[in-house]
Amino acid sequence: MVEVKGINKSFGDNHVLHDFSAKFEAGKVNLIIGQSGQGKSVLTKCIVGLMEVDSGSVLYNDRDFSKMNRKERKGIRTEIGMLFQGSALFDSMTVEENIMFPLKMFTKMSKKEMEDRANFCLERVDLVGRNKLLPAELSGGMMKRVAIARAISMKPKYLFCDEPNSGLDPSTSILIDNLIQEITYEYNMTTVVITHDMNSVIEIGDHIVFIYNGRNWWQGTKEEIIKTDNKEINNFVYASKFMKTLKGKLA
Amino acid sequence: MSYIVSIGKYVGMMKEVFSKPERFKVYYTRTISEINTIGINSAGIVAILSVFMGAVIALQTASNMDSPLLPKYTIGYITRSSTILEFSPTIISLILAGKVGSNIASEIGTMKVTEQIDALEIMGVNSLSFLVLPKIIAAVFFFPFLIIFSMGLSILGGYYSVTASGLASHEEFVYGVRAFFKTSDIIYALVKTCVFAFIIVSVSSFYGYYTKGGALDVGTSSTHAVVWSSIVILLTNFVLTQLILM
Repeated sequence: MVEVKGINKSFGDNHVLHDFSAKFEAGKVNLIIGQSGQGKSVLTKCIVGLMEVDSGSVLYNDRDFSKMNRKERKGIRTEIGMLFQGSALFDSMTVEENIMFPLKMFTKMSKKEMEDRANFCLERVDLVGRNKLLPAELSGGMMKRVAIARAISMKPKYLFCDEPNSGLDPSTSILIDNLIQEITYEYNMTTVVITHDMNSVIEIGDHIVFIYNGRNWWQGTKEEIIKTDNKEINNFVYASKFMKTLKGKLA
Repeated sequence: MSYIVSIGKYVGMMKEVFSKPERFKVYYTRTISEINTIGINSAGIVAILSVFMGAVIALQTASNMDSPLLPKYTIGYITRSSTILEFSPTIISLILAGKVGSNIASEIGTMKVTEQIDALEIMGVNSLSFLVLPKIIAAVFFFPFLIIFSMGLSILGGYYSVTASGLASHEEFVYGVRAFFKTSDIIYALVKTCVFAFIIVSVSSFYGYYTKGGALDVGTSSTHAVVWSSIVILLTNFVLTQLILM
């Protein structure tokens, strides 16, 4: 479980996160949703330690990550997998080398064992036989899948996904969403997904946190978010004409 | 004020760069790869520049020797001295600051803006050490070889230019090249080269690593890397010359 307690983060006069608290449980797909500029990415960067919090704490299974030094954090970071918005694959390495990279750095596996693990991960994301391709030779959806394969290669306990569907067509988005959901249940991971894609909310959202003006404005399930009368959430969820029509029909 | 902040950031960065590597084997492989990328791949441009630089030094020396009291072997002597003391270590390092420095800044800068560096950090890899240390070791180790290569080619360029144009004979030029030779000049040149290699890689990595924004900012970082590497090389050259030769 990942828990954030009373996080504050400012950039000069710009107070981005206000006393933000939330719990993200293991074995569930936790979604952080909200409009652009509300602090979703900053929150995730604070949780994974790419940014330091001004105050508050981040707990990984009750271990206070925000108070740890670099060496102590390294231990937890090997338990974290992250899927970046732009995939962030190492473009000088092949697909296989990308997946094997964390194994090379942090395990004592033999080359054969690493190759087997890479093949297993590639099979898991349905990319068998693409081992020797470079990231530049892959489509957007394939790059995301390789990034997922790399993220799960170390069997992480925690998976963070920053807008995994951005730039993808609807059917590939659903494929990526389902893959994230499957591996979350399969490995009992604590998965946190940042998104503003309502399809993802409906498809995979077990627990949803709505962030507004840097605050935890609302949290609940996908069934609850459809029915809530919270004005800010409705403005977000039913922003499009299609969703408004759908809401009218449902009503 | 911003310069002081930048110097502080640079010192902090170097502390991280020289922290203990996670996996020596991976770093070793990367260092070998960097020797190829920033060292061996620069041999071509160094060769072309050195030959023509030596040729021009020799021709200009010859054309400026009006006094009949000056022996012809002076051409070889001046070509050798200028090449070893200044042209090869300093001018070639400035050229390498352009070629290698921009390459390093744009490589690391692109990794920064495409979140590849964040990916390394999330995995628990010390991104600064992983990316910069192998480049520093490769440059400090290999640039002296490039400079020795440059010295040889430069003197050879000078030899062919003056002997082919009849400004000095083979014996005169070779005698000049060998006259008053001091081994300490070579050591001075190689010490300078190692320092310049360190400056080129560290300053360029600094600008690359702290790139913010997008493609345009990577270009700006690359330009800053070349400009500041060159300025620091020139300042350090002045200080080292005072310290070692005076």
